[in-house]
Amino acid sequence: MGMSVEARYEEFWRQSIKQLNEVVKATGLPIAPDEKGQYNLWYDVRELRLRFSISVERIKRFFEGLKEGKIYATRCRRCGRYYFPPQIDCPYCKTSDMDWVEISGEGELLTYTMINTKPLTYSHYPDYIVAIARMREGFNVLAWLRVNDPEKVRVGMKVKLQVTRREPEGYLTYEFVPAEQ
Amino acid sequence: MRGVAIVGVGHAKFGRRTDVNLGELAWEAVKEALEDARLDQKDIQYFVVGNVGGWSAEPLPAVVIGEYCGLNPKGTMRVEAACATGSAALYNAYLAVASGMADIAMAIGVEKMYESPTPTVVEFIGRAGNYFWEFENFGLTFPGYYALYMTAYMNRFRATEEDFCRVAVKNHYYGSMNPKAQFYGLRITVDQCLKSRYVAWPIKLYDSSPITDGAAAVILVSEELARKITDTPVWIRSVGVATGTANLSRRSDFIGLDAAYQAAEQAFKRVGIEHRDTWRYFDVADVHDCFTIAEVMAYEDLGFVERGMGIQLVRNEQTYKGGLIPVNLDGGLKAKGHPIGATGVSMAVEMTKQLRQSVEPRDRQADIHVGWALAHNVGGTGHYAYVTLYSLDKDGSPKVKPKR
Ligand SMILES: [Zn+2]
Repeated sequence: MGMSVEARYEEFWRQSIKQLNEVVKATGLPIAPDEKGQYNLWYDVRELRLRFSISVERIKRFFEGLKEGKIYATRCRRCGRYYFPPQIDCPYCKTSDMDWVEISGEGELLTYTMINTKPLTYSHYPDYIVAIARMREGFNVLAWLRVNDPEKVRVGMKVKLQVTRREPEGYLTYEFVPAEQ
Repeated sequence: MRGVAIVGVGHAKFGRRTDVNLGELAWEAVKEALEDARLDQKDIQYFVVGNVGGWSAEPLPAVVIGEYCGLNPKGTMRVEAACATGSAALYNAYLAVASGMADIAMAIGVEKMYESPTPTVVEFIGRAGNYFWEFENFGLTFPGYYALYMTAYMNRFRATEEDFCRVAVKNHYYGSMNPKAQFYGLRITVDQCLKSRYVAWPIKLYDSSPITDGAAAVILVSEELARKITDTPVWIRSVGVATGTANLSRRSDFIGLDAAYQAAEQAFKRVGIEHRDTWRYFDVADVHDCFTIAEVMAYEDLGFVERGMGIQLVRNEQTYKGGLIPVNLDGGLKAKGHPIGATGVSMAVEMTKQLRQSVEPRDRQADIHVGWALAHNVGGTGHYAYVTLYSLDKDGSPKVKPKR
């Protein structure tokens, strides 16, 4: 583990910017050979940072549920369709008349993978298993599967969906665990 | 709607193209296409640019390329359909000509993925699905999405990692002969593939297409002009287009891509053939093999063979030249490279050259009997799908290939 994701991220960019500054100082231009030492590249002197802010006002009940240890789906009052991830509009009925229903949590694994080469923003976690399970209600959920022994994971195994705190960030989310735990 | 034919094709060298900028890279393909058709920029009435971007510096690639290639003031737009962006560009140019809005149009696909460090590219592609529900909390990667399919497929049909490695070996075999391919001259063995590291179990590095810079361009003209420009127009006879859910969790199974199946269904219906045993109608095909599992699912979604039988085609080497249906004789995404926005246009270039019988070396030229070819291009993990059928005949349905 060691460094936090922020520290890794900052270190990654700090190194690039440091090298860039040295090149500019020495040559008067931000130009240096590429990784393979083959061709000249202009290393961008302008940085663009992206962190989005995503609207959750209309599905805030879902996040309130996590605080109570509950995971909600929505269900259309007219046609009975379940929605997970939860959404407030039923495009088929053209209505926004939804029940918030707590998910039973009982599911069966449809498929899974272990992410070995991770995105930079996930590089501080150990390799993790992403799984999709069919819930008793008939819809699917995608989440991490927490197990002691990844070798024992099988398609078809029974899993339980539960609220968890994602560390080290400390925010609430949901995960699968084997049912017979 | 009127007939539309490809009369000019151009293809840049795929690979780590840090020797050229976006405009220069596109120009390599555009120049070759203009020369191939013996046309001038002034003849092009409309052009479309397929580019996903994000990892590259130019936010308005279509106008940058238009200026650099001398195509302005002609109208343009940039289109996006993830990894099927090139096919979307082709489709848009096709519609412009078929509808009569333009007599001559160009589709350009271009991508510069090495303008960002690899971690940034991995981060971008991992977000290509439903960002909020599947990336923000669960950190899926592009191989991760397809790994969910590979696990389910292996479990259902008793396929092995070795089976999938055979797809990689085939595509490297043909890519090694293609001078425009990223892995030109580089063959691999099943053993090498099996020993490569896992990137998203059960997908290994050698099951995966690489990060690639590249460009390709094609010129499309109306039926009135086609034969005035060339003796061998290649007709775009049918395009099927479909989508899948953004959230993978909203799909019912993980053994095939419904979007690709739906796109194939449409494409076949338009030329009057049934969606089964379809290998009989095509001399050659390019399918979307971003990962080896994707090629096997393509065989089945396209109806070459029934569900679960794709792996038999691989085991029996029936998708090599001389087999039931030769697939990815250009090396596929796996060995030719996968510059996201250029891939679909590159497929159009390859299918055109195959039907013209102008592929060099001849070891990767398919035998042309009925004069039909198929390109299958998937965006994301079956988020978008395009199936395009090409023919040397302007009219009529595909005929069954002669028995070998
Ligand atoms: Zn409804």
